[in-house]
Amino acid sequence: MEPVMALAIGIMYATAIFMMLRRSIVKLVIGLLLLSNAANLLIFTTAGMTRGAPPLIPEGMVQPMGDVADPLPQAVVLTAIVIAFGVLAFAVVLIRRAYEVVKADDMDKMKDTDT
Amino acid sequence: MRPEVALPVLLPLLSGAISLLFWRSRPMQRFIAVAGNIAFLIVSLWLFTTTLSEGYVTMQMGSWPAPFGITLIADMLSAVMVLMTGIIGLAMGIYSLATTGRGHEKFGYYPLMHLLLAGVAGAFLTGDIFNLYVWFEVMLVASFALLILGGERAQMEGAIKYVTLNLLASVIFLTAVGLLYGTVGTLNMADIALRMNAVEHNGMVEVLAVMFMVAFGIKAAAFPLFFWLPASYHTPPVAVSALFAGLLTKVGVYSLFRVFTLIFDQSMGYLQEIMLWGAVLTMVTGVLGAAAQYEFRRILSFHIVSQIGYMILGLALYTPLAIAGGVFAIMHNIIVKTNLFLISGITHRLQGTYQLKKMGGLYKERPWLAVAFFISAFSLAGVPPLSGFFAKFVIVRAGIEAEAYVVTAIALGVGLLTLYSMVKIWNEVFWKSLPEDNQVPESNTPSGDDGRLIKPSLWMMYLPVVVLALFSVLIGILAEPIMHVMTTIGDQLLAPRGYIDAVLGVSASAEDALLIPSELQVEIISGGDAP
Repeated sequence: MEPVMALAIGIMYATAIFMMLRRSIVKLVIGLLLLSNAANLLIFTTAGMTRGAPPLIPEGMVQPMGDVADPLPQAVVLTAIVIAFGVLAFAVVLIRRAYEVVKADDMDKMKDTDT
Repeated sequence: MRPEVALPVLLPLLSGAISLLFWRSRPMQRFIAVAGNIAFLIVSLWLFTTTLSEGYVTMQMGSWPAPFGITLIADMLSAVMVLMTGIIGLAMGIYSLATTGRGHEKFGYYPLMHLLLAGVAGAFLTGDIFNLYVWFEVMLVASFALLILGGERAQMEGAIKYVTLNLLASVIFLTAVGLLYGTVGTLNMADIALRMNAVEHNGMVEVLAVMFMVAFGIKAAAFPLFFWLPASYHTPPVAVSALFAGLLTKVGVYSLFRVFTLIFDQSMGYLQEIMLWGAVLTMVTGVLGAAAQYEFRRILSFHIVSQIGYMILGLALYTPLAIAGGVFAIMHNIIVKTNLFLISGITHRLQGTYQLKKMGGLYKERPWLAVAFFISAFSLAGVPPLSGFFAKFVIVRAGIEAEAYVVTAIALGVGLLTLYSMVKIWNEVFWKSLPEDNQVPESNTPSGDDGRLIKPSLWMMYLPVVVLALFSVLIGILAEPIMHVMTTIGDQLLAPRGYIDAVLGVSASAEDALLIPSELQVEIISGGDAP
């Protein structure tokens, strides 16, 4: 399973960076979105994947039976998803406002503050 | 239970929440902006004095024992940074009253300011690396919103760069945290530091170190990752600029100090060289960029970059004295840089522009403002006996002791160029007479206002400026006791044992007990004794 995940994550990172290098601000935000999702999958994968063993303790016992999945990366990923969601919602509004003000979906037209 | 560690995070959050409750009441929000920040300053002073006497103050959130829960820890570095945040927070609270337009106030300027301060304080105090990421995001989201309040074209363009590069840095940081967790299996920074000793030094550790360096380097605006800063910092209302200039990049620098003394202390190696020359190039490009500018706030923005170089230089030299100097530079820079931005706000109010060419004659008109600028600017350039002199002196001395002569010479040369930029502002804004084509507005309006004329309430703008200028002089006069605190910081950072013991309990880091934490963990997880 890990090699497949690694490949998928690699492709996602590559796609995200390609999208971020485009001039369109819409594609820029799509790139950011893919990037944060790729990072979440990466955390999930590097922490070790355990199939079919939820970290639950059966009723009447004080410890789980056998090996269970590590719940911490799941908590971490959940937090990261929520944060990424909030931030990307902001980014979407930002590019909309920027489009209204600049009247162009092009990073090259947004160089006024650089010089 | 140590409330003083948690309060600097909780109080601004609380002020922000209360401020939100009074969404429609402008006077209440303004009152909370000052009262909440006074309370914040008081608790940060409390934290500082406790840390000064005890060395480390820790608190385990929800009483979950470390390394399972989230730890809040204040060592001297954190305490000093939180204290600086408190001072700047209060200064900004007062200054904002006079400069923030009604339009901004209506759309939640004050709650966002409190939220930003909470994020900054949280980042300084957390002892958990993922929690550090969360606080970074809290701070970033608040700063995004503050940056675009008003919605002018320049703000939008600046914000897109700022948002993109900071989110990119966050993702790199998050990726590094994920890989780090995969390598050592813990997120508590003290525990990570402990287990790093046992990790085999293959390429992974270097990759992780570089990822952290890049992520925090973007946030700290180090060379060659600083381009978002001069593109965005001059666009928002001046109070926001000043707040960002004082605090945000310093959180990145703080994280570099923390991670590269605690977690990657043994694996510096060639990374140290990269960091050293990165610091040098940061200083040089920043100061050269500033030399080419003729817009008040852009000059100051480039100088932020340049000064970041000094701080990272302190870290890269990696001796107790150098680190003490680096932290001294952070502290001095927070005060002085904020103050320079505040002064640029006053001159903008008086003359209606940030373009140096169109300004002039302020020395005759406002001699005390000129004095405040003189103190801050020459402190930035490192003229004795002001605060910047001692920061620079300590770093240069550490550089000579470390026999890094070239680097030290460049640092001194950059100081000279800083002086050049500051003299340029002095000449253009204060010394030369006002150009005839500049129509100084009769009654001025705060930027971003809806065109309504108000009486300039300048004393609220002057008060923080004068106090911060006094601080700069005081730091110079009281250099010895402050240097004592800085030496403590240098010793603490280069001997992470103290930090680890404070978080994990005294026995955890004893040499022969290296393996106990992992066994303990197994026992607690499988034994069902967890709280």
